[in-house]
Amino acid sequence: MTDNVATRFAVAFGRSLLGAGRDLLPIVLVIAVFQVLVVGESLPGILSILGGLVLVVVGLALFVLGLDIGLFPLGEALAEEFARKGSLVWLLVFAFALGAGTTVAEPALIAVTREGAVAAAEAGIIDDDKDAISRYALGVRLSVALSVGVAIVLGVLRILRGWSLPVMIVSGYVLVMLMTLVAPAEIVGLAYDSGGVTTSTVTVPLVTALGVGLARTIHGRDPVMDGFGLIALASLTPMISVMLFGLGMG
Amino acid sequence: MEVLFNPAQLLLATARDVLPVLLLLVVFQTLVLRQPIRRPGRILMGFALALVGMACFLGGLDLALFPVGRNMAVLLAEGAQADGATRWTAYGWIYLFAFLIGFSTTIAEPSLIAVAHKAEESSRRSISALGLRVAVAFGVAVGIALGTFRIVTGTPLYLYILVGYVVVAIQTVFAPRMMIPLAYDSGGVTTSTVTVPLVAALGLGLAANVPGRSTVLDGFGLIAFASLCPIISVLGYAQLAQWRSRSHTKIAS
Repeated sequence: MTDNVATRFAVAFGRSLLGAGRDLLPIVLVIAVFQVLVVGESLPGILSILGGLVLVVVGLALFVLGLDIGLFPLGEALAEEFARKGSLVWLLVFAFALGAGTTVAEPALIAVTREGAVAAAEAGIIDDDKDAISRYALGVRLSVALSVGVAIVLGVLRILRGWSLPVMIVSGYVLVMLMTLVAPAEIVGLAYDSGGVTTSTVTVPLVTALGVGLARTIHGRDPVMDGFGLIALASLTPMISVMLFGLGMG
Repeated sequence: MEVLFNPAQLLLATARDVLPVLLLLVVFQTLVLRQPIRRPGRILMGFALALVGMACFLGGLDLALFPVGRNMAVLLAEGAQADGATRWTAYGWIYLFAFLIGFSTTIAEPSLIAVAHKAEESSRRSISALGLRVAVAFGVAVGIALGTFRIVTGTPLYLYILVGYVVVAIQTVFAPRMMIPLAYDSGGVTTSTVTVPLVAALGLGLAANVPGRSTVLDGFGLIAFASLCPIISVLGYAQLAQWRSRSHTKIAS
């Protein structure tokens, strides 16, 4: 019995490791080719880089495996449950909390906001000490998280009411451009980038489960194709909210 | 920034990041739906694994991907400046590097493969899965390469994004309706957790090493481009597929 569990665990971890390694492989290949053919010298500190790469692959594999056995089954069951029979209010509350909660835990967002905060400190926009940097990074992350929550709520309403996705997206584009006019120039780049990083390892599986569950409950809709659109909205609203955050800072 | 690999501190910070998700699910399950949590041991175990994994991942980023991305930007920028030229054409290797990173990391992305397969079925094979994958990967690649070009020239980011938005809006009018949500989403899902930090470091490193650029004003935007360009390329591919199938059959769909 224990043996069986251990074997299943090993297989799942192996698969997860393979997935993470596959994500990294093209990057390593391209960098290696460039290093040899174009730069023509070996990387400085190659040992610590190799160690770091191993950490990245093992860490990502463990992270995904942990989500797979712990959070995803619970989250997916909940998403389907709320989609199927929950009242509209609770469904929307859950959609908001799911979008915001998963975004806070998104590794790529943590990494990019930290880089952004360091760049802001180097440019003298915020104080160059650890506290100010982590406060700034956290502020950006929370703005992104709240706006992803809003995006998922809008996306759920869209699936239920059959609102037009292009109209919503294009209005979002207009809002982004209007915000760009008034937001401080230093935040615009980070704000635009934060749209693309919000939705990956943690958010996509859970949000997709919600969208697919919802589309399945409505007669005559294709679960997979109608479930789309949530991610698009979640990539758009953070641009607006991070620029709002920049306005608040300035 | 001095970030040495500090497991204890990373674990603590990570716990703060992942805990809200767990709490959220538990609260909704027990208080709103009033159902018991099944297999709590398994959930705790998964949570612990996710914590350790994220701490390792973030530590590894600081040791490997961030320095490599920055280093690559420095070396390629120096190479361009050593040739004496400071015009944008001198930075060809940077554009090529950006293009290859974008294309190679996207083309084999599992979530993209799954979505492309589904789209092929739904479209009664007027859209090919491989064609769609190439369209997305090409979009990401051009996006990142265009982003590095923008950093080198220092032209304002919002202009490019504005033009991109206008193109998307126009394409939306003409593209097959079924493909529109898929195309919009393809921008957000394709940049993986491993690619994003590397690309971010590349942009910031490039801005720091091209004379006259500021990291804060010019160093960002690569990820934004990588999210926007696939929308355009996927819509374009869908239009092309529609046009081809029409000219073949001459039957209105």
